[in-house]
This record gives sequence, structure tokens and C-alpha cells, in this order.
Amino acid sequence: MSDSVATESMIRLVEVTKRYPNTPADAVRPLSMEIRRGEFVVFVGPSGCGKTTMLRMINRLIEPTAGQIWIDGRDVTHTDPDELRRHIGYVIQQVGLMPHMSVARNISLVPEMLGWDKRRTAARVDELLDLVGLEPGTFRARYPKQLSGGQQQRVGVARALAADPPLMLMDEPFGAIDPIARDRLQDEFLALQERIRKTIVFVTHDIDEALKLGDRIAIFAEGSRLAQFDTPREILSRPADDFVRSFIGERAAIRLLSVVTVGEVAGRAPATDRPGEALSAQPEEPVSAVLDRMLTQNRQILEVGGKRVLAQDLLFASTGDRQDPA
Amino acid sequence: MDFFSYVSQHWERISFLGMQHLQLVLIAVLCAGVVSLGLVAATERLPRVRAALLSFTGTLLTIPSFALFALLIPVFGLGVLPTILALTVYAVFPIARNTVTGLEGVDPSVIDAARGMGMSATRRLFLVRLPLAWPVILNGFRVATIMVVATAAIGAAVNGPGLGELIFRGLSRIGGANALNEALSGVVAIAVVAAVLDLIFVAIGKLTTSKGLHV
Repeated sequence: MSDSVATESMIRLVEVTKRYPNTPADAVRPLSMEIRRGEFVVFVGPSGCGKTTMLRMINRLIEPTAGQIWIDGRDVTHTDPDELRRHIGYVIQQVGLMPHMSVARNISLVPEMLGWDKRRTAARVDELLDLVGLEPGTFRARYPKQLSGGQQQRVGVARALAADPPLMLMDEPFGAIDPIARDRLQDEFLALQERIRKTIVFVTHDIDEALKLGDRIAIFAEGSRLAQFDTPREILSRPADDFVRSFIGERAAIRLLSVVTVGEVAGRAPATDRPGEALSAQPEEPVSAVLDRMLTQNRQILEVGGKRVLAQDLLFASTGDRQDPA
Repeated sequence: MDFFSYVSQHWERISFLGMQHLQLVLIAVLCAGVVSLGLVAATERLPRVRAALLSFTGTLLTIPSFALFALLIPVFGLGVLPTILALTVYAVFPIARNTVTGLEGVDPSVIDAARGMGMSATRRLFLVRLPLAWPVILNGFRVATIMVVATAAIGAAVNGPGLGELIFRGLSRIGGANALNEALSGVVAIAVVAAVLDLIFVAIGKLTTSKGLHV
């Protein structure tokens, strides 16, 4: 997945800092970070760690006190903020749809500001409703109050995507949605991202959501300290410090099973010549999903890429390079 | 003579004064609307000034109307001008108060989303904040209008126009022929004007509020 992503940087933060007047400490201490084009980056941390402030500085809803923000090779720190925001998708937990406007009008707002003609905008609205799984004929003319929370956030995502911005900022977009619908929205959103390949910065306080969605995860500690910025896999197998270790919580090894694929693990595991019916899997499937199938179908042997591996070898090969002094 | 035959006999005068009353009220409310919206707009970034203005206009409302009309006589004399002025003073508070309440009541997450998608402050005001505050603002106009319909009757005390004339003349010669009928016709006509205006406001509310806010 990551090798298909261009290594060109989409967002570059240079010593970005926020301090509110008459406060002793920085709300966000100087932060530098690079986010690549097409990358899905999740900011995660306890409340008050400055992750939302950081996110809102990228589209300058909060003006940084110091530092520079580069987007797509351009220093946007001193450009017109309204113009900047029209080219960055923005999704928030409370959705914030305009209650007095229809779904279609809500989605049309940014294209209108960018001067699109009516026909192009209308076609785009239908295309987007399709994209987020809402039937245009049914939902176009509805008002936000006539939608469920999950449907509202789908419209929120469609609205953010309206003018096809290369960059999306999402502040706990699924946080207010009930767990079952949230899980489905996450899956659908991942599938959507596979197709549209936006650069996404996503804020959550839920480490499971971060591990599930992020290509890379930035874990913030209290006082806006960036504790670790790495892939889910690296974070689970090599937590940078005690804070990260306690934040990812117990069962890090179990969680690791859902971020590694059977393809890579089978390469490290010894082959078996034990007879018996094997379960075959695709190399890109996560170990956890494959194990689940093996358990429910009562198979002890996995066959992937022509190699037969025992369940227990698969398990230990998955978590084998984990380093956890505790 | 019974009340109904009195009314049919004097219909021309009553309806003339009624139209005068209506015009008086509408002019006062219109002036108050311009003043209130101007005050609210001017204090957009001055919350303390706004709070002070609101409590000041609220205080004006507590001045008894008879006293206020009397106070205006030395400055503006008798007649139409002091009447309109006094009524405007009364109508400012409900309109300004409701405009502020309406604007403050707009869901902050909607404003955040509007800012986040790159709407300028002007766009946010006209596309988002005013339409969402509108039902509350309109209600301020409605309260002000009904209040002023009643208060306008006192305008007759300073020789102002309107239905107050019927009440004052009737009462001043109570016991005389048709005195009670005259006063009563003024009272009833005022109630009718108030009811009609109220219905008009309900209709305006229905017509100008987005369907999305009703559901």
C-alpha cells in the first residue's frame, strides 16, 4: 500500500506553535511534521493534548502564534484563510450541516463559492451522494433533521469532498455515532479512501480507531508532546516510551494481529508438512481475520502463496519482532 | 342606541382611525426595526456595549407610556411626531433582544462548519446566521408590534393619530350620549387590529422560514 503512495510531501509543519494570551504554557508547543500526499494520518491522544488545536491550525481556524504551514509546496501561513479553506475538506464531530438547507444545497456550498455553474454542481452532488452510499433521488431534497446521525455524517463527508480538495481534515467525525454504525462508516470510509486517495488528517481519542484507519499515527501526550509518529505496526511492536505503551493499553500483541498481513508473516514462519485440510487466504488479509476464519472453520493449517503454515507458528511469527520490556 | 348600530353608523370614522392606527404602528415598528438591527450590527464585536444598550432599551420600556408621551411634549410638541417617537422607543427592545438571542442561539458547530468551508463573515451572516435566527427575530417584531398597537392608543393624549381618540373622547364625556359606545368601539377596534397583525405575522413566519427548520 505505502509503496504506491508518492513520497512527495503534502503538508509540512515547521515549528508550528500556539500560545493563547495570558497563559503560561503553549497550547501547542513547537511541532514539526511532514505528511505525504495520499497519506492517512491520525492524531490521537488524551483530551487536552492539543490534537484538535493542531488540526485547526492547518486550515487556520486557529491562527498559529509562530511557525509555518506548507500545503502542497506553498506557505499558507499568510494567505487568505477563506480561500485556503475552500480547498481543504473539513469534517467535524457535530457535522454542522446547515439545518435550513437541503442536503443538495449543503453539498453545493463550496462549489458555489468557487463559481461552478449549476449543472456541474448538480451533477457533482449526485455523484457524491452515490459515493457516500446515499441514493441521490431519495436524499437530495431532504433536510438534515430528516436524517439519522450516520446519514448526516455521510452528507458531511460528501460536503467536504464537494470541490474535490486534495486534503481533508477530520475532527472525530465518527465520535458521536453509535458503535455499530461507526464501525460500518469506518469500513466504508477506508474503502472510499482506497478509491479517492486524499491526504487525510484525522483526529480521534480512540486508539482502536487510529490503529484501524491510519497509515501513520501521531500519538500526542499531555502538554502537546508528540510521543511517537509512526505506522500502527511500529507503534504496536515498538512503542517509543511508557506513555505510548500505556496509551495503546493492554493486548498490544493481540492488536498487532489486525495490522500485519498473512503474506508478510507467512514468509517468516516455518513451513509445515503436517497433513490435513488447510484454509487458504490471500496474502494481503490481516492475520486477525484469517485466524478468525481458521478458528470458526476448525482448521489448524493455513495455506498462503503455496506455503503451508501452522496456526501457532503464524501467531508467534506475527508478534515475534515485538519489543516490550515490561 | 346599541353598540352594533353605533358602529355601523360611525363605520367611516372608526375605519379611518383604524387605518391611521395601523399606519402609526407599522411606521414605528419599521423605525424600531432599523434602529435595532443597526444597533445589533454595530455592536457585533462589542459585547459589553451591546449588553449595556440592551439593558438601557429594556429600562426605557419600564417608563409608563403616559409619562413618556408627556416627557416628549416639551421637545417635540403635540401630534404625530412624538407619538411615533415614543412608540419606536418601546419597540426597539423586543426587536433588539430577540435579534441578539436569535443570533446567539445559532448552533456553534454550524458556524464552525461554515468557517471551515471558507465562508466569509458576510456570507456566514446572510447565508447562515440570519436565516437560522430569523424565526426568533421575526417573533421579536411580532411582540413589538402587538405591544405598540396597544400603547399607540395613549398617543391620543398628545393629540396623536389613531383609535385612541375614540377611547379618550368617549371616556372624557362618559355618561353622555353614546359615550360608552364610542370608547368601546375604540377598544374593540384596537383588539381587531392586534389580532389581524398577529395573524399576518404567523403567515409571514410560515412563508419565510425554511422547511428544514420546521421538520
